[in-house]
Amino acid sequence: MSALLSMTDIKKGYPGVQALKGVSLNVRAGEVLALMGENGAGKSTLIKILAGAERADSGTIAIDGTPVSIPSTHSAMDLGIAIIYQEFNLLGHLNVAENILIGHEPAGLLPGSISTAKMRQEAQRILDSIGAHISVDARVSSLSVAQQQMVEIAKAISRKGRIIAMDEPSATLTEPEIERLFALIQNLRASGVGIIYISHRIAEVERIADRVTVLRDGEVVGEGAARDLGAGEIVRMMVGRPLEDNFPKVVNTPGEIVLDVRGLSRRGVLTDIGFHIRAGEVVALAGLVGSGRTEVARCIFGEIRICDKRFRPRSPRDAIRAGIGLITEDRKQQGLVLAQSVRANETLASLGRFAMAGIVNGARERSAAQEYVDTLGIRTPTIGQRVGALSGGNQQKVVLAKWLITESRLLIMDEPTRGIDVGAKVEIYHLMNKLTASGVAILMISSDLPEVLGMADRIVVMRGGAVAGELNRAEATAEAIGNLVLT
Amino acid sequence: MTKRFEPQQIMTLLGPFIGLALVMSIFALDPETKGTFLTRPNMITVATQTVIVALAALGMTLIIISAGIDLSVGSTIALASVVVALTIRTGHSAALALLAGAAVGMLVGAINGSLIAVLKVTPFIVTLGMLGVARGAARWLARDESILGKPTWLDPLLDPSAHGILGLPSGVWLALILAVLTALMLKYTVFGRHIFAIGSNETASRLSGLRVDGIKIGIYALAGVFVGLAGVLQYARLGQGDSTVASGLELDVIAAVVIGGGSLTGGEGSILGSIIGALIMSFLRNGFQIKGVPDYMQLIVIGVVIVAAVTVDRLRHRSQAPG
Repeated sequence: MSALLSMTDIKKGYPGVQALKGVSLNVRAGEVLALMGENGAGKSTLIKILAGAERADSGTIAIDGTPVSIPSTHSAMDLGIAIIYQEFNLLGHLNVAENILIGHEPAGLLPGSISTAKMRQEAQRILDSIGAHISVDARVSSLSVAQQQMVEIAKAISRKGRIIAMDEPSATLTEPEIERLFALIQNLRASGVGIIYISHRIAEVERIADRVTVLRDGEVVGEGAARDLGAGEIVRMMVGRPLEDNFPKVVNTPGEIVLDVRGLSRRGVLTDIGFHIRAGEVVALAGLVGSGRTEVARCIFGEIRICDKRFRPRSPRDAIRAGIGLITEDRKQQGLVLAQSVRANETLASLGRFAMAGIVNGARERSAAQEYVDTLGIRTPTIGQRVGALSGGNQQKVVLAKWLITESRLLIMDEPTRGIDVGAKVEIYHLMNKLTASGVAILMISSDLPEVLGMADRIVVMRGGAVAGELNRAEATAEAIGNLVLT
Repeated sequence: MTKRFEPQQIMTLLGPFIGLALVMSIFALDPETKGTFLTRPNMITVATQTVIVALAALGMTLIIISAGIDLSVGSTIALASVVVALTIRTGHSAALALLAGAAVGMLVGAINGSLIAVLKVTPFIVTLGMLGVARGAARWLARDESILGKPTWLDPLLDPSAHGILGLPSGVWLALILAVLTALMLKYTVFGRHIFAIGSNETASRLSGLRVDGIKIGIYALAGVFVGLAGVLQYARLGQGDSTVASGLELDVIAAVVIGGGSLTGGEGSILGSIIGALIMSFLRNGFQIKGVPDYMQLIVIGVVIVAAVTVDRLRHRSQAPG
């Protein structure tokens, strides 16, 4: 059977980097191909070329054995290629049916008019076919992330998408939502669609993918049937070396109490939250999304204006002055100024420290920025590099550097390794160890249970805006946390 | 320490220069205009004509970098010119009048900034309202008449025949000095760097402890000072405070900033670029006037130039390596 899609010897260079050094991959009809690799391995570039958003320097793309050129995103669509990005391309103000059929709305009676009835019908048919229970009249902005993703997939199908690439589709979904996504992918596969599934989560890939192609540094370093390869082998290929320990936790003797939260309440959201963190400790806030974890962090960081009595930060500025740093869940929107340089981002929260009478001492600033690039091992050509051009793991290190320069004593890390590949995750964990060893306290919020169990000294489990229980490292198991989360 | 520039950075810096050189060479080579265009008196005239827009563009550059906009510039210039004229006519010194002009500009800017920062109303709406309020206030103060001043040392500030240093009137020098200071401020001070940060990502800036509200008020107030000074020069040019003057001038100012590489989505722009943007428009008008091209044709060409300049800028952005 010939491949539905074959990309052969694709090369693409940018000034200073060769992103793809001759990558080939094949997707057959009715198959899920997992495309794996660390950030910066070239996955995104490859997908952009497939989407028509970028042009390859050389190489060929063929669909059903016929060579095609994809000069624009429009021609990609005409060829039946649909990409579902992490950031959806939906129009929030329009309803579900309008979003699904945008660009090829069914015609009404008058020339140029749209038949709303036909549109709703068609949208309903597509949603039914993928088993999505969403009202076609709902405004897209009112839907959950998972539902929006379904709308994106429905949109791809309405455009006769035969090749659908999904970029980390599970990253923002809860467990039951992921199950539904998988069921949907099975349906698509059964109907003969070829799927490229990009994910960092090895367990998922083992479950859903038929074959795996692993990229590293712009080259294919391995491919094969998913069940033959196995998790260990895939990770080894991605990272280029065996990963001896996923959670290199070092337990310190905790020092004095850095943060003591008592009676923290906010009407309707938080009730009487109490816990403390000592210097050199990692305390994890566990619990489901919506249990109040992020709100606790935002209170401590002064973003919400009702907090503990003695320390009452009224703004992030107050919190930062008190020695608190926040590593936000959403790095790109809230943590970094993507268009600016590594240097400017590192010193964003502390520029005043490098200034006399408001005038920045550029030499001192640059040397501090360089120092943290070196100590944290941030891989960037220069400190003048735009942060947006770095990989996720390196971006996260830049955020970390920002707070280290302010000499934070308490770091709040909200989902510190979301969207970061395996190798970089371990590096972040090593840095957490280094920080706690030097007496920094870390409050970690994480939905990743292995991460919580692997890195926390103590775990505060939240449920419905209150503390459901606290576990220390010795007594913490997935089961014990699960019991507290759910009962 | 040596600095390496990437090709794109060089283009950002050179782009407006190339545009300016292009415009100037067209008129310098045109047989109809080459006799007068590149002469010293004409250069002085153009410089003098550019000053008001250029001064206001200093402030507008800061505002646009911070992802804002100010539509009230023309009205505020008129208001400031009326205030200057009234101050002088009531027997106060020219120095006090100059301060009053700058102060009224700063007040207007501070009000704009406060409404934007504290009430979170978008800059477009706030300054659209202020466009009306400031114009109305100017006409009210002037009782819908022109306020004649008295002869003071302000008068020759924009007189091309005043023969200042290098033949340029002192108003031109004032604008140049302020431009250099503002450019240095943007590059080398905490305030300047924070303006870029806010314009690029306001949320991340706030969560990094920047006083976003205060900085915004500061930006609009400082821009207001420049606009107030532009009003002072407007008074100097006419010798009177005119409440109907500079109507629609904000659009020229915004055009100067975007021709110079400023991005209305924030985070980008430069003082040098904006000044060159203002000069490009002045040279176009000047050249056309010498050539005797009718007014309506000038409007069309300048309109096309604005869109073309920004289009070239967008194309340049698209060629940048992705994140």
